[in-house]
Amino acid sequence: MYEHDVIVVGAGGAGLRAAIAADEAGADVAMVTKLHPVRSHTGAAEGGINAALRDADSWEDHAYDTMKGSDYLGDAPAIETLCQNSPYEVIQLEHWGMAFSREDDGRVSQRPFGGLSFPRTTYAGAETGHHLLHTLYEQVVKRGIEVYDEWHVLNLAVTDEERPEDRHCHGVVGYDVATGEVSGFKARDGVILATGGPGQAFDHTTNAVSCTGDGQAMAYRAGVPLEDMEFIQFHPTTLPSTGVLISEGVRGEGGILYNSDGERFMFEHGYANNDGELASRDVVSRAELTEVNEGRGIEDEYVHLDMRHLGEERILDRLENILHLAEDFEGADGLEEPMPVKPGQHYAMGGIETDENGETCVSGLYAAGECACASVHGANRLGGNALPELIVFGKRAGYHAAGKEMEPAEIETGQRGEFERATVDSPVELGEGGSPGDAVADGGAVAAGGSADPDTLLEESVAAERRRIEDLQSGDDGIHHSKVRSAVQETMTQHVNVFREEEGLKQALRDIRDARERYTDVTVMDPSQTFNTDLLQTIETRNLLDLAEAITVGALAREEFRGAHWRAEAQERKDDEWLKHTLLSWNDGAPELWYRPVILEGENKTYEPKTRSY
Amino acid sequence: MSTQPPQQEHEESPADSVDETESTPPAQQRREDAKADKRGRDAQRQAEDDAAAKRDEPTRHIKVFRYDPEIEGKQEPRFDDFHVPFTKGMTVLDALIYARDEYDPSLTFRHSCRQAVCGSDAFFVNGEQRLGCQTQLSDLNEPVRIEPLPHQEVVKDLVVDMDHFYEEMEAVDPYFDPDETPDGELAEQRQSRANREKIKMSTRCIWCGACFSSCNIAAGDNQYLGPAALNKAYRFAMDEREGEAKTQDRLETIEQEHGVWRCQTQFSCTNVCPKDIPLTEHIQELKREAVKKNLKFW
Repeated sequence: MYEHDVIVVGAGGAGLRAAIAADEAGADVAMVTKLHPVRSHTGAAEGGINAALRDADSWEDHAYDTMKGSDYLGDAPAIETLCQNSPYEVIQLEHWGMAFSREDDGRVSQRPFGGLSFPRTTYAGAETGHHLLHTLYEQVVKRGIEVYDEWHVLNLAVTDEERPEDRHCHGVVGYDVATGEVSGFKARDGVILATGGPGQAFDHTTNAVSCTGDGQAMAYRAGVPLEDMEFIQFHPTTLPSTGVLISEGVRGEGGILYNSDGERFMFEHGYANNDGELASRDVVSRAELTEVNEGRGIEDEYVHLDMRHLGEERILDRLENILHLAEDFEGADGLEEPMPVKPGQHYAMGGIETDENGETCVSGLYAAGECACASVHGANRLGGNALPELIVFGKRAGYHAAGKEMEPAEIETGQRGEFERATVDSPVELGEGGSPGDAVADGGAVAAGGSADPDTLLEESVAAERRRIEDLQSGDDGIHHSKVRSAVQETMTQHVNVFREEEGLKQALRDIRDARERYTDVTVMDPSQTFNTDLLQTIETRNLLDLAEAITVGALAREEFRGAHWRAEAQERKDDEWLKHTLLSWNDGAPELWYRPVILEGENKTYEPKTRSY
Repeated sequence: MSTQPPQQEHEESPADSVDETESTPPAQQRREDAKADKRGRDAQRQAEDDAAAKRDEPTRHIKVFRYDPEIEGKQEPRFDDFHVPFTKGMTVLDALIYARDEYDPSLTFRHSCRQAVCGSDAFFVNGEQRLGCQTQLSDLNEPVRIEPLPHQEVVKDLVVDMDHFYEEMEAVDPYFDPDETPDGELAEQRQSRANREKIKMSTRCIWCGACFSSCNIAAGDNQYLGPAALNKAYRFAMDEREGEAKTQDRLETIEQEHGVWRCQTQFSCTNVCPKDIPLTEHIQELKREAVKKNLKFW
């Protein structure tokens, strides 16, 4: 067994920043990641980092834009924490040498992004995430922080008190990808999940193959609620054949969207008369699909994004990476022709419920970055707000886990304070219903035994994971996980996409139920202990099942149109009824839906919901 | 074992790949039997696809290096053939994913982002270091031969041990180290556009290891820092925001016995870099800087 004060799971932007902060606060910190840190998907972020750096800008304006962008479903304390801290964290990156794009006077460049009232998006070409990831990893190397790379975390070691709010997390169970060794990692002070989003629940996504939401699924099954999972961002400019992202920076620099009639539809069809292409992402994605659905798409599938008029010099200076991506992955020359684009799954606004210090309702368990929901993004994330979330909340989680004194959080977690229980009209049983106690299907931490003594708990958790692996490798004549995974991805992409309707969502739940049942017969075909990706992907698929269901349950429950969540049956935002977060608790395998009111009271003002137009 | 191309090739179908042994315990035996059945079905499916290939439906033929140190039948390296249905825009990585998911789930390779930024899937494709995700099948001669990166220990199939590469990367103090940071919490450490432009290409490295694998010098000198680590050193040595003393330190690091002077400017690293980093030029520039530094202290 390995033992450290703080264990960080995942080594993208949030995990690296958390580890640096915990180290600074004096903790013995270790990172456990299924990849090597520089392989993390933060590296694929392109556009930039929002930060109110200039005199003419203010954190208050950034907070206002973010709240409006969230369609009034973000919590003010989280949003204000983000916007107040982002400038300091961006300059911290700059002091660590990050290769930001520069103005003539040597200062960090900023550009306009969708939904922002000021050009406050700092960037490093169109490869900002790559530079952020490498800069943070350099600092981890400098500090000599221990990294267990290619160690896949299979589960959390959480005690099994009846109420999740009484439980404690003492560590994780890791699997050494190279050798198949299963070992406990005991955390004396805290475990921080920084495991990214669940993009692989969809089949047209900008997310990496490794974005399987492992941390979300593990926390959920250990009793931590998932919050606002129905809010999935579909990015308006992804390449049609692969889902590779074309940065919002292209539109920020002046790129224009055209339909097959050559119309600049954002204006000409009235989708966003003020901001046009730079309206919020949800608005642009719906506009594009409406154009396609009304017969004005190209090849009935996509629209054109044209940046030729920006000129070669400006494109090469600020968007060079986009030329390579369009050429390598779509065969389009962005200097000579418009690029084909369509909406693709990009980001999960929801996630593991945390407060603004990254703490969950299970003591000793933290989450930061895309896997977490503080909630900063509410119903829709603004471009350029994901990267500051990583560094601001990663740092706070790292500090808090390491025991540094911080102001108490204003946001409640777990079933405490004001909340209401609810039900959802699901056509099928949810969660473990129908297949209880099946070791193959079971990834539940609490089921591992859940002793109160940390060492015993870790040992029991390790033993449970060894049993799970043995069972997965010993099934006879089972089906391969890839069939289950693709069934989930297909139904999610068909029914839980940009446009959602009740019957489609119910069909998705039936399909997920069916996939769950097939998963109980899944078999790992590769008998090896050495680098067994078949085994690990089979375990990831289990995680995707739980997350796909959570996303769909939230989407079915929320009968309104807010931010990225559009419902055919409810074409308006219903503030009287729905200014509240959707929460889903695993409830030992019988998921329970409940709601908590949004916090609109900020430090100096209350954010009044207004009609959201761009 | 090393990744030198093996002398002989086994042209087996996946169904033939595992021998049973007498001492196998019952549970494992069942498991193995089930897997053999599955492989039998896969082989049949492969045969169907082969038949489809003969009917002129578009497929592509890939030959993939196989090795697993603990699985009988894979302990001796061999090549497996797969015929993969071809769709426009299909990459080497797409073909490998198809072969794994449809024919042989034990086929093992690293991959993640699918867009040439995570650096996981550098392979030796038709004799050249390439990123699988960035290489179009339609640009390659058939059969497409896919092997692990040469000169690195093979862990399994296309997966190589990257530890030595990471050690070299971390041997050059790969982090920004200025003398001081500006006063005031929000004060920037200004950098000229020209200096940012100078280091721009060097910052694009994705640590894929293609250059290191292509380098004859690194193959012969296990302690040679190699092109990627030297490029990382270049990135900081050329950054105007670091102090003079630190730059001198960096130049001493890179001109040690296993540093820049080992480079014989064969340009193999530059030729294979998927991010078009002019690695050889950067190494040459470091040599010139090292000479200037030595003259100054002479």
